[in-house]
Amino acid sequence: MFNFILRRVAVAIPTLLILLVASFWLMQTAPGGPFTSERPLPQQVLDNINAKYGLDDPLWKQLWNYLVGIATEFDFGPSYKYKDRTVNDIIAQGFPVTLTYGIISFLVAVIVGGALGVAAAIRQNSWLDYFAVGVTIGAQVLPNFVMGPILILVFTLWLGWLPGGGWNGGQWQHIIMPVIALSTSYMASIARLTRSSMLEVLRSNFIRTARAKGLPDRTIILRHALKPSLLPVISYLGPAFVGMVTGSFIIDAIFGTGGIGYFYVNSAFNRDYAVMMGLTILLGSMTILFNMVIDILYAWIDPKIRL
Amino acid sequence: MTDKLVQPFSQKRTAELAENLSAGGEVKGRSLWADARRRFVANRAAMASVVVLVLIFAFSLFGDHVTQFDNETIDWDVMGSVKELGAPSLTNGHWFGFDESGRDLYARVVQGSRISLSVGLVGAFIAVMVGTLYGSVAGFVGGRVDGVMMRLVDIFMSIPYMFVLILLLVVFGRSISMLFVGIGLTAWLDMSRIVRGQTLSLKNREFVEAAVAIGVPTHRIILRHIVPNLLGVVVVYATLLVPQMILTESFISFLGLGVQEPDTSWGALISEGVKSMNYGTLWQLAFPLCFFVITIFCFFFIGDGLRDALDPKDR
Repeated sequence: MFNFILRRVAVAIPTLLILLVASFWLMQTAPGGPFTSERPLPQQVLDNINAKYGLDDPLWKQLWNYLVGIATEFDFGPSYKYKDRTVNDIIAQGFPVTLTYGIISFLVAVIVGGALGVAAAIRQNSWLDYFAVGVTIGAQVLPNFVMGPILILVFTLWLGWLPGGGWNGGQWQHIIMPVIALSTSYMASIARLTRSSMLEVLRSNFIRTARAKGLPDRTIILRHALKPSLLPVISYLGPAFVGMVTGSFIIDAIFGTGGIGYFYVNSAFNRDYAVMMGLTILLGSMTILFNMVIDILYAWIDPKIRL
Repeated sequence: MTDKLVQPFSQKRTAELAENLSAGGEVKGRSLWADARRRFVANRAAMASVVVLVLIFAFSLFGDHVTQFDNETIDWDVMGSVKELGAPSLTNGHWFGFDESGRDLYARVVQGSRISLSVGLVGAFIAVMVGTLYGSVAGFVGGRVDGVMMRLVDIFMSIPYMFVLILLLVVFGRSISMLFVGIGLTAWLDMSRIVRGQTLSLKNREFVEAAVAIGVPTHRIILRHIVPNLLGVVVVYATLLVPQMILTESFISFLGLGVQEPDTSWGALISEGVKSMNYGTLWQLAFPLCFFVITIFCFFFIGDGLRDALDPKDR
């Protein structure tokens, strides 16, 4: 176990470093500095601004200062485009929104997907099974940027039941569609995963033993089969988390929810490098660390993985 | 599917075979690929998908010769009142209607299909080439080289690539070639892992051992025994990679960070359709969406069919 953790951390650290250095380097080589505009500023002014933001330091020192700022004060630097705003402000504004609909989508995906998968496996080759398989195939070809518009079309424009966008402080009417759009494909994957692992578990020897003892089906499934068949879902939590973060780009674009994805895409358009870099480093390292924790957790629960 | 697989070994066939053998007749062997083709052709969903996909490819290649309109000319009368004048109609030749700036949507969809499909194919091609080469080298050489190469893949794999892709596009400009390279280079990692695993397991299989024992030269072993077995897996994953590439490209283009005007792709067209959805010009969303969804569907079905046909475990 200790070796496994060591190995996993040994992968995570260089990954983090590559992400840091690569995004920093990319931002530096980007054509046009943060203060190039239509009307060129006088050299004196430019020098002063560069000095204020520390852009006249050598590169390694800039990188070092940036990293020290993150490590000691959790300071991701200023936005070059909006003078009164730092990356931290953006995170504080957008992150709670993303987190809210992300966590709800996550729960919906795991609960509904798990239930659907288990039910499909228990009643293999019934209409329920075919329905579940159909849903998983359908969800594969309906990614969130297709799902979102269709939802708006049906529930806002035709039926008029739900507001077509906005966040409004997280009112439930505003959460429903983003959650459906974001969770469907993950729900489908989890359903497929649980279905196949449940089928495998149901054919294994200890289930046969339980049947031979004469235990009722209910007990067999709830007490014996459920836990091992849900195990693979844990390994899917990492990718699902990544999907929720990148999915938020789309959700914010379609529903105007104003989460972190909105700011990321916006800063990409405005070439607001400082914000892009800050968000990339924050979200990227969160992803890497989360994946690492999930892997270790999975190995801890299921010893077969440690090999 | 399964009952079709069992059929050749049904009692009647076995009896026929036995009779044939006792009569001294020659049994014609079936090659790996002939076998796979037979299975694939028997898979109705996959065959239907092939037909539909061929039609979509034909549409993207020759579709612009059928219509009298091109994808650039703006109809100034229609622009601004697209809802009233721009609806799809068979009489005026604008089969798919107009887009928001008064261009013929049919021509635009042809153009978008061309770009989306080529991003999918080229991206998958890059990924397959790099991945197969990398994976087979790691698998064959083995030892420390293999360890280092695969650790590197682990590291690359845990970098959240969507961020990197967007960073690349922002820094180096939003061009199609950047999109090709960016998408292709992030997708080869899975491929290399799969190929390496296959190579490793093939290296120690009995048939390779047998070939070595009877003195078959190494290059013939690789060509006749390893590559055909590897090819099946590569083909299956390549087919499944294409829709993934198309999805990624559409994702990026939907955000507006991918292909730029006057070029377009399914993702960009869907995005435009969504923006104008509120004005009631639904055809702008419906047509690109249909092409997108049907294509992805077809690729998945074909990939599934190929996997069923080529997976050696099935035999």
